[in-house]
Amino acid sequence: MNRRRAQLLIFSCSFLLAFLLQLAPLPATFLPFKPYWVALVMIYWAIEAPERVGLGFAFLLGLAGDILTGQLLGEQALRLIVLAFIVLRFRSRLRFFPMGQQTLAVLALLLNDRIVVLMVRGFSGDPIPTFGFWVAPVVGMLAWPFVFLLLDDVRARLRAQES
Amino acid sequence: MPLATTDKVSLFAEGAVSTARLIAYLTLAMIVMVIDHRGSYLERLRLFASTIVEPIYRAAALPSDVARAGSLAIATQSHLVDENRSLREALLLAQVRLNRMSALSAQNDRLKKLLDVQKDLGLGVQLARLIDIDLDPFRHRIVLDAGSAQSISVGQPVLDAHGVMGQIVEVLPNTSVAMLVTDPTHAIPVMIERTGLRTIAYGTGSIDRLQLPNIPISADIKVGDALVTSGLGGRFPAGFPVGEILEISNDESGMFAAAIARPAAALDRSGEVLLLQDLPQPVGPPAPLDAASPDADRDPDTSGHP
Repeated sequence: MNRRRAQLLIFSCSFLLAFLLQLAPLPATFLPFKPYWVALVMIYWAIEAPERVGLGFAFLLGLAGDILTGQLLGEQALRLIVLAFIVLRFRSRLRFFPMGQQTLAVLALLLNDRIVVLMVRGFSGDPIPTFGFWVAPVVGMLAWPFVFLLLDDVRARLRAQES
Repeated sequence: MPLATTDKVSLFAEGAVSTARLIAYLTLAMIVMVIDHRGSYLERLRLFASTIVEPIYRAAALPSDVARAGSLAIATQSHLVDENRSLREALLLAQVRLNRMSALSAQNDRLKKLLDVQKDLGLGVQLARLIDIDLDPFRHRIVLDAGSAQSISVGQPVLDAHGVMGQIVEVLPNTSVAMLVTDPTHAIPVMIERTGLRTIAYGTGSIDRLQLPNIPISADIKVGDALVTSGLGGRFPAGFPVGEILEISNDESGMFAAAIARPAAALDRSGEVLLLQDLPQPVGPPAPLDAASPDADRDPDTSGHP
């Protein structure tokens, strides 16, 4: 099926792009403001295509993230599992939220993710990060509408092309 | 809920994910983390996956490289002329300094021979470029474009033109990761150049600050004093500039003076770095065996303590 293949292509490309954005350098002043792109893209797919994004997928995605950027194998896996679980559990409601409400929900998800990071780092004996640590979720919230609309648009175009 | 009955998944049902699976996966993730924390398998796994990891690192660095090349291409002529002039001046200055240094180094050689010192710290260096990617803004790591294929090894000191930048903590076939001196888990044995007072400079997590938390209260230390590596601990060779004291205050207990220093190296600017090849002669007790402490390679800062 051609369509399935195109869907899969968008799916994997969006994650590859998210990883590249995660690694892309920024001027030192903006560094703490970098949102967790991989999580944003995963939240989108968990809402729109839950048959692809399960807990197992989140686990593998997190391991891939750890190999690329991480310090401790399993840290991002844990974070993404928690995120995926919450999104999948509340998916049917998140889906029909208006954009503003959905954006706030994403903020809550990302703040929760920060708390998970703090716990993991606390257990592994890393120093507690500075204030800038809490800014990234807000930036992630601001980025969410763009991620959502962009991916939605790409998929809508694909569908239009098919019919 | 009459409305939801037609739908496959009701609004408040558990849906596709059950709590049991969540717990299973969370446990799995935690087991992986604990195992990795004990044995640091991540670095080995990364080594194994380096054929995938390294191209992605290079791809992520591409936009900034292109941007840099682009800004160079459209830089105005006057700017280039200005830069050229200032570089010429700097070169001249450096040349003069170099000449003086060579005289000093000749004198040093003579004196060393006089003292019958056997080991000579020859400066075999290797140039490496920064791959401009950001692993985590809260950990001060840089990625370099030289790895085990260029015979880089863990523990090599990283320098730039102004001073010590950090040390290599992880080596992949064609890239390596260095920890900067400002990383909160990094410590480097230093000496006040003016008085010879030995102490340790810890990273603070901010790119322009080092802290020296335990200086004797009676010590002779002033704002503006230069810090150089003391060579103790056997990781960094002695005599390289580390930083400059910015401020001195008492610590909370009042037993010690605590100082803040500014790193000498241009940590957030350097595009090219030097890697020292010959590690200094090991001083002190031999390195513990792997079996005795599996965490020995996990925290390279501990070997920095004298």
